Amino acid sequence: MFIKLNKKWPAASWLLSFLIFLPLLAIVWQSFGHDNDVFAHLWRTVLPDYLLNTVLVVFGVALLSMLIGVPMAWFVAMCHFPMRRFFVWAMLLPLAMPSYVVAFVYTDLLEYAGPVQGALREFFGWQSAADYAFFDVRTIGGAIVMLTLVLYPYVYLLARTAFLEQSQTLAQSARMLGCSPWQSFKRISLPLARPAIAVAVSLVAMETLADFAVVHYFAVPTLTTAVYDTWLGYGSLAAAARLSALMLAMLFILISVERLGRSKQRHYQRNTGQEAIARYALSPAKGWGVTLFCLTIFSVAFLVPFVSLIEMAISYFDESWNDQFIEYSYNSFMLASTVALVCVFIGVLLGYFKRLSQGKYSAVPAKLASTGYALPGTVLAIGVLIPLSLFDHGLNNLWQYFGEEGPGLILSGTLFAMIAGYVVRFSAIAIGSIESSFNKVTPSLDMVSATLGMSPLKMLFKVHLPLVRKGCFAAALLVFIESMKELPAALLLRPFNYETLATYVYQFVSDEQLEHGALAAIVIVVVGLVPLIILNRSLEQQH
Amino acid sequence: MKSIIAVLAGAVTLATSFAAVSSEQVNIYSYRQSFLIEPVVKQFSEDTGIKVNIVFAKKGLAERLAREGKHTKADIVLTTDISRLMELEDKGLIQAVDSKIINTNIPAHLRDTDNEWFALTTRVRNIFASKNRISNTDISYEDLATPAFKGKICTRSGKHAYNVALVSSMISHHGYEGAKTWLSGVKDNLARKPQGNDRAQIKAVKQGQCDVALGNSYYFGKMVSDPKQKVAADAVNIVFPNQNNRGAHINVSGMALTKFSHNKAAAIKLMEYLTGNNAQTIYAEVNMEYPVNVAVKPSALVASWGDFKADVLPMSDVAKNRKLALKLLDEVKFDL
Repeated sequence: MFIKLNKKWPAASWLLSFLIFLPLLAIVWQSFGHDNDVFAHLWRTVLPDYLLNTVLVVFGVALLSMLIGVPMAWFVAMCHFPMRRFFVWAMLLPLAMPSYVVAFVYTDLLEYAGPVQGALREFFGWQSAADYAFFDVRTIGGAIVMLTLVLYPYVYLLARTAFLEQSQTLAQSARMLGCSPWQSFKRISLPLARPAIAVAVSLVAMETLADFAVVHYFAVPTLTTAVYDTWLGYGSLAAAARLSALMLAMLFILISVERLGRSKQRHYQRNTGQEAIARYALSPAKGWGVTLFCLTIFSVAFLVPFVSLIEMAISYFDESWNDQFIEYSYNSFMLASTVALVCVFIGVLLGYFKRLSQGKYSAVPAKLASTGYALPGTVLAIGVLIPLSLFDHGLNNLWQYFGEEGPGLILSGTLFAMIAGYVVRFSAIAIGSIESSFNKVTPSLDMVSATLGMSPLKMLFKVHLPLVRKGCFAAALLVFIESMKELPAALLLRPFNYETLATYVYQFVSDEQLEHGALAAIVIVVVGLVPLIILNRSLEQQH
Repeated sequence: MKSIIAVLAGAVTLATSFAAVSSEQVNIYSYRQSFLIEPVVKQFSEDTGIKVNIVFAKKGLAERLAREGKHTKADIVLTTDISRLMELEDKGLIQAVDSKIINTNIPAHLRDTDNEWFALTTRVRNIFASKNRISNTDISYEDLATPAFKGKICTRSGKHAYNVALVSSMISHHGYEGAKTWLSGVKDNLARKPQGNDRAQIKAVKQGQCDVALGNSYYFGKMVSDPKQKVAADAVNIVFPNQNNRGAHINVSGMALTKFSHNKAAAIKLMEYLTGNNAQTIYAEVNMEYPVNVAVKPSALVASWGDFKADVLPMSDVAKNRKLALKLLDEVKFDL
């Protein structure tokens, strides 16, 4: 492109992405420590199995999320079917469910000792497991389904945003040229939405890669298990860091392959944001089929776990009630809002820089800043602690040099460390979702603005931000909800006595009694639902 | 950029205002869930006026302590397992405490020879046997590897700290190869892939999925006290293994004073308190653990299980073999 950026933009972008990348750099640096014994031992014994499990789970979840999320998004965005207005927002609700809660509820329900199999045995008079066949919930398949249930909304949300932002003139042309709904989905909507879907699926893949809680519950050891084994068991942070680096490398390869696949494609759309969507009218049979599909997913992913939580909360109300819920909710809410704001800011800055810069490496800052998402939370937390504590120690040494007593730890062990940890972890979500919105804005707008003499900053506010605001909204929402649920980094980085809803619930989950934390888990879901519904309404009103 | 500066400024103000509070307080890094220690800590604060602050996390606290170095605010670390205590000692993150009160309250074999760490409670790794299907409750850990238990055993992940400690003790008693043979035998006898938690194993016995399960004593105590879980607990007998020879394997929860504690006097006061009658009674009554202070009796329920013989293998030996135990678990692919 041709727009001249002054030096502030690149400097700010590179600096920011470098700061976000610092914790990962710290982990990579750790991985050069010498600890080949542990690594060799793992290779010889369990690592191949773990690796296979990881690949299966990541691919399984990515594929299944796509199979559920993309068609659902398209139906909701482009078709009329019974209860559509309800599903528009209902399909997002599973996002508010922490994966560790869903995993707990389902293993509890479906395992051999659980009520479902128990009832079946009682009803049919079976005596033991040998008398009947029931799928084992604690398998790779179970873990894939469970992770998909909490992660498919990413694909749904980003794909739906993409479908809604698609220029209606294309859809209308397709219609006039006689395309059936299916043909127009396949030939127009899907290819145009591919960048957004790719971003969503890579987010899903990263989250899956970093997951520990679910695979642990489902007794499916993956690379994350190996990371914790090596670090906490064998006491080798170096080997653990090396495994993490390996995981990151795997992910980079995956994302690059996808980008390569569409490197030749460029689609821009002229979207004024004012066009009304003409939705396809489906035949009653097809329409109800879609409703049934959505209803099934909604029940399994949200209704069943939510009702189980309510049931637990009622039967354990006394143990479950805590006067400090309001304080915990406030903490969670403020933290999540701050993180969402910071992440959107980062996403816009890096996305815009990538768009306007002529440099060969202009895409690098966004990529660097996105890597944190794939790291297991606790490892990332250590990664955050390393530079922060180095800074703190440096500062205190400086104070001492001047003969004063230092201020102690001002970054590590404070809210700043928590926010930093969350931002490093979740900026990938904001960057991905905002970037895919930027990509849809036609460059001719930039050219026109530049011709009219707008500065890059003015152009951002006058031209781009209004066009990508939906992407920004979606990004803020996703980051907010993820932050509400975030756990490992919160646990390790928090100041004394600082409790969020998630850390409070986790105490009980980790002590194998979610029942006692059920009420707090419900609050997490409800606090997550509020912005979700508000946001969805604002998205809908524009159409 | 402005928002980052704002956040930074906010954090600094917060941190400094936090540091400005100067009344007597103690800061704890805890591997134990806060709700388990809160009753004890609350009582301590009421009795002494010393404020207690807690950070609970299951992983990484030692790492955080190490990174914070001499500027750490933490005074005490609480752990759920012997190996964590040894890890702190090995990394030089804790210091010796020479307190007459503690030394009187805790028997010598339940504290570090250098007094760097102290056990607070002990717990037994029990075997839980179906009342209906297992008549002979004289079972040893070694028996679990014999053909008599083929397809009858349930356990949680072998990598869980409690099982790792048990395997470590087997290495101490039978050597690496002997323990390996035993562990392979147990794996072959498993009714299902290791999964779930200790309570889930007892439930599985009740449901007939397996006949014996490994589990910690206090989980059983808590299940008996919970109206909903009592049904499952009532279906099993609690077995104290190896009563005819070395005795049942025990593990400890414990505490240590951080090397750079800034509130040393108050911290030691709390440590002494934790070994005293009040705190030990709460541990016994609420958590169903065995108190280390001999003056305090276990809860009535726990006492009703009867006296038992405990393995006298020093705790440090159990911790020492930890890495070997993990290797062993990997080699026989216990969890896969």
